[in-house]
Amino acid sequence: MSFITYLINGISLGSVYALIALGYTMVYGIAKMLNFAHGDVIMVGGFTCYTICSTMGLHPLLGVLISVIVCTVLGIVIEKIAYKPLRMASSPLAVLITAIGVSYLLQNVALLIFGANAKSFTSVVNLKAITLADGQIVINGETIVTIVSCIVIMILLMLFINKTKVGQAMLAVSEDKGAAQLMGINVNGTISLTFAIGSALAAIAGVLLCSAYPSLTPYTGSMPGIKAFVAAVFGGIGSIPGAFIGGILLGVIQIFSQAYISSQMADAIVFAVLIIVLLVKPTGLLGKNIQEKV
Amino acid sequence: MSKTLRSNIITIGLVFIAYVGAQILIATGNISSLMKGLLVPLCVYAILAVSLNLTVGILGELSLGHAGFMCIGAFSSAFFSKCMKMFVPGMPGGLRFLLAILIGAALAGLFGILIGIPVLRLKGDYLAIVTLAFGEIIKNIINILYLGIDENGLHFSMKSSLDLQMADSDKIIINGAMGITGTPNDSNFTIGVILLVLTLLIVLNLIHSRDGRAIMSIRDNTIAAESVGIPVTKYKLMAFSISAALAGVAGVLYAHNLSTLTALPKNFGYNMSIMILVFVVLGGMGNIRGSMIAAVILTLLPELLRGVVSDYRMLIYAIILIAMMLFNWAPKCVEWRKKFTASIKARFAKKSAAKEVE
Amino acid sequence: MKRFKKIVSVAMASVMVLAMAGCGNNKGGSDVFKIGGIGPTTGGAAIYGINVMNGVQLAVDEINAAGGVNGYKLEVNFQDDEHDAEKSVNAYNTVKDWGAQMIIGCVTSTPCIAVSEETYKDNMMMLTPSGSAVKCTQYDNAFQVCFSDPNQGAASAQYIGENNLAQKIAVIYDSSDVYSSGIYESFVKGAESQSFEIVAAEAFTADNKTDFSVQLQKAKDAGADLVFLPIYYQESALILTQANSMGYAPKWFSCDGMDGILGVENFDTSLAEGVMLLTPFAADSKDEASQKFTNAYRTAYNDTPNQFAADGYDAVYILVEAIKQSGATPSMSVSEIGDALKGAMPQITVDGVTGAGMTWLATGEVNKAPMAVVIKNGEYSAM
Repeated sequence: MSFITYLINGISLGSVYALIALGYTMVYGIAKMLNFAHGDVIMVGGFTCYTICSTMGLHPLLGVLISVIVCTVLGIVIEKIAYKPLRMASSPLAVLITAIGVSYLLQNVALLIFGANAKSFTSVVNLKAITLADGQIVINGETIVTIVSCIVIMILLMLFINKTKVGQAMLAVSEDKGAAQLMGINVNGTISLTFAIGSALAAIAGVLLCSAYPSLTPYTGSMPGIKAFVAAVFGGIGSIPGAFIGGILLGVIQIFSQAYISSQMADAIVFAVLIIVLLVKPTGLLGKNIQEKV
Repeated sequence: MSKTLRSNIITIGLVFIAYVGAQILIATGNISSLMKGLLVPLCVYAILAVSLNLTVGILGELSLGHAGFMCIGAFSSAFFSKCMKMFVPGMPGGLRFLLAILIGAALAGLFGILIGIPVLRLKGDYLAIVTLAFGEIIKNIINILYLGIDENGLHFSMKSSLDLQMADSDKIIINGAMGITGTPNDSNFTIGVILLVLTLLIVLNLIHSRDGRAIMSIRDNTIAAESVGIPVTKYKLMAFSISAALAGVAGVLYAHNLSTLTALPKNFGYNMSIMILVFVVLGGMGNIRGSMIAAVILTLLPELLRGVVSDYRMLIYAIILIAMMLFNWAPKCVEWRKKFTASIKARFAKKSAAKEVE
Repeated sequence: MKRFKKIVSVAMASVMVLAMAGCGNNKGGSDVFKIGGIGPTTGGAAIYGINVMNGVQLAVDEINAAGGVNGYKLEVNFQDDEHDAEKSVNAYNTVKDWGAQMIIGCVTSTPCIAVSEETYKDNMMMLTPSGSAVKCTQYDNAFQVCFSDPNQGAASAQYIGENNLAQKIAVIYDSSDVYSSGIYESFVKGAESQSFEIVAAEAFTADNKTDFSVQLQKAKDAGADLVFLPIYYQESALILTQANSMGYAPKWFSCDGMDGILGVENFDTSLAEGVMLLTPFAADSKDEASQKFTNAYRTAYNDTPNQFAADGYDAVYILVEAIKQSGATPSMSVSEIGDALKGAMPQITVDGVTGAGMTWLATGEVNKAPMAVVIKNGEYSAM
């Protein structure tokens, strides 16, 4: 029985990772940059929702909506100021480092505004937990909502990218920026849109992360951000279903290694599994294999 | 004098001038305690930046696990030094530190090879994430490592210090998350500068040697390099393990500068690896002198901000970091700078021409 | 490009020289005591450092408003160490340059050990508000305001055993934290002589402190009827929430790190109902000193003080008491003040908010009685 409980716990942790990883993989797939500030946009989403719901006492749905708007705007602004000027830089690492700078900036601004004290986040989910087998197995409302929204977002994203004109433009940009421009695609606009979508996803992830684990500090986003990055790579970075599978697997592996091997070594085991997967499949579980040409 | 030789002399000369300058300030008592305390860490970070530049700038592979090698060097050497201090108290400090440096470098280099073999088969961002993973694994393992030595021999556990079954808890050397306390304070500025110069010599020599050119050819085009018969794996491993060994040296210096050594996310986690990467990218990929200077600037910056804006120091640090990146790397800024320096040059040229006419 | 690099290096070199030449050995003014504070005010441990900083500032303002110590005012300079040993030494050097004559710090244990090495060299008086590891006071110039870790673990084991609170006990602790693993180890040692049994000891690490489902499940499966939490209140808040959602309701027992849980903004305090803790300070306790402090802190910072703020606040009053006892004056050198204060420490008795009748051993450890409190109706009440 405890096995099933652990599995459910793993899935519920994994679904949060998956949700964050979707945003990560989206931005990476199209803009080809590791956005280290993604975790901190999640934190901003959490704080916005906290301010709306708990401090001002407004309806949770309004909180979610406003944090999506705030994060989208924030994502666009960050992209315009910090990333766009470096898009044509001679090394792709330049923008990575700037992303780290943005991450520090967001953390420290949040520290100044909200202080270092942990805030207890009131869950936006108003769904009762499901109890099975005489209370031995409990599935939280947050878990259900997170998984459902994860799947819905995944399907919507895939439909958007594969079926709409804008989505096709995104694919074209990710394949070859120069060629896309020649075909009359607005490359800058497309990339800005990608950041907007990625940040909106981060807002939703932030709200659900804080609902599942109700502790909110300026550093809340950084560790889940890195874990989600690992999940995205695990599933094959750039691949949307890969991010989902990678996230769920990562959560399950983490909980199982805590439960059956050692709770102190959980991280080492998670990373070891990642290394083994990448050595066997160098582009992740669902990643595309790119043949290098001379 | 060839151009590379001149450039190398300038690089090492800069270190030398900084060293002499600092010594004069110390001798005349004009240096603040803060600066005096920062001298060794500056050497540590400069060595780290130079060594990572070998992997990132010269070999062209993004490594996010550099702090892991530093961690290995730090812990192995601190373990050695503390054992020596406890069991061979008569050993002269200089010899002990020399051995500690060699042990730290050798072990970090060994791990560089062990990790490099699987890692270097990967490419690009996948390689980066695997090095990050290795760095985190090293940190995690060190955090649950319990080691002690007493008259019954070596005690070892990966659970808690109680499992060591030792009567005297003072003889525990590595105590899990509490790390190693009481490492002898063997580091000083002179040794730090010597190690930095050695690092520079090793890296600069390598770059301008036949091996170095082979490594750079791999960076520029792996397939072309392979097709002319360059053993790619060998050279990749070579650069990677030398870089790791030098990071180990930095770790030794770091460990012997503080009396307590713990593997926190802050000092040996991915945050530190990224910080070193920031030095390298800001200073210019493949530019050894630049990465050294960037390491010095970025280490001093938050400390100097203490006096000016204590409360907002990390915030301002972040803003300056972003601004410097944009200024240094954005194509538009690069263009503007070129124009600007050209106009200055032109003005100077005009002036000197005018002078000649007079 | 090349020329630019050159310009930068020249500029850099001049900045360095200027910075180095900045300030030499400036002596403190002769009519103020300069106190240096060190603790994390940014980064993951910022909450502890900021609280200590505020507590220290509050006490200093109060003392100055009341005319100072022996007619001398106090001045404080609190520097950030980011909970890192290397940065803490930098912070120490910064306050030393500023002219600090005594140190309140560090807030966390690892930096504290690193800094104690430096203060020992300078023979500067060092009083750590909350560095609880034994090694923090390894030198004769360092003293603690808080309990040391072994002290807390042993006291907890004894309390649980003597009051027969439970037979089967589980421990959830942070193995990557010095404070938590220190208490855990001494708790296990202390438990050997007690009648209860430790049925599960589950660790977590700083990188994995959001999901506690496994640790709780194991405690539940082992049939523990009391869970001992030698951890800080942020994690405790999560553990209580998660235990509630999985329908696990054992007794909870904790140490001073738990204090502050009722002050977590927006926390459903009904979850903490019945939590027992051994703590020297309770923000809601009814005694006059605590209430005065809590109210003053709320007015000044619009926040409920926790254990750390109280430790910082007391640290200032302890130093003041030691200054009075020894008759030290600001015109003395750092080492003379150090000698005077460390000689005075074992002789003084201080009634602070973190304990009445605190006395010190020459080794640096504090002697005070922990209070066992239980949370009832969202408030502390004595057990």
